[in-house]
Amino acid sequence: MEPWEEEDGPDVVKRFMYVNRRAPYGTIYALECLEVVLIAAAFDQDVSVVFVDDGVYQLKKNQDTTGIGMKNFSKTYRALDDYDVEKIYVEKESLEKRGLSEEDLIIPVEVVTTDNLREIMAQQDVVISS
Amino acid sequence: MSKMLHLINKSPFDRNALDSCLRLATPGSSVLLIEDGVYAAMRHAASADAVITRMKDLKFYVLGADVAARGLDDISLIDGVDVVDYGGFVDLVVEHDVAQSWL
Repeated sequence: MEPWEEEDGPDVVKRFMYVNRRAPYGTIYALECLEVVLIAAAFDQDVSVVFVDDGVYQLKKNQDTTGIGMKNFSKTYRALDDYDVEKIYVEKESLEKRGLSEEDLIIPVEVVTTDNLREIMAQQDVVISS
Repeated sequence: MSKMLHLINKSPFDRNALDSCLRLATPGSSVLLIEDGVYAAMRHAASADAVITRMKDLKFYVLGADVAARGLDDISLIDGVDVVDYGGFVDLVVEHDVAQSWL
């Protein structure tokens, strides 16, 4: 067996988790991660997307970037549902620290506690953080 | 003593630029929050107390374009924080002797 061949065969579904920890416009991480998720979603894996720390700012409603000359990609998060990415978790503690609540967010999410999130994270095969 | 304009462009939860600025800024100085720094002006955020405490002796401004980009508005902001546009940014730089960017 060659090293690039999958030990479990090509049809085994792996659990991929993408962890967003950055605010949307100050750096390119948030936009890049969203694009990676949308590409990865095409490969029929078990994808979950997590927003913690400043990553929760990515989902804030009513973003209007006309004044800063950058692409407003916040509406693209709505496409996650079209790509059958339905496991979207937001850490409750991160929201509260930033004075945000579930009603402030642009898409429906599952708000989870740190304890919940720790368990979900521990079940993944691959975790990619940005 | 020179009148200083402090520029903060990092989230208060990601970096300690705001903390350091508030610790070292002399009374009568101004703080302009730009880019991810505008999150520090959010009324209900855990960072608000530190800002409100220094509103007695510092003047706080936010750049409106960065506030709107992040989905925030006047209601989200701490009372007394002034919103400026890019022209206002230039005016602030001109009005102060020194502009310090807390990178």
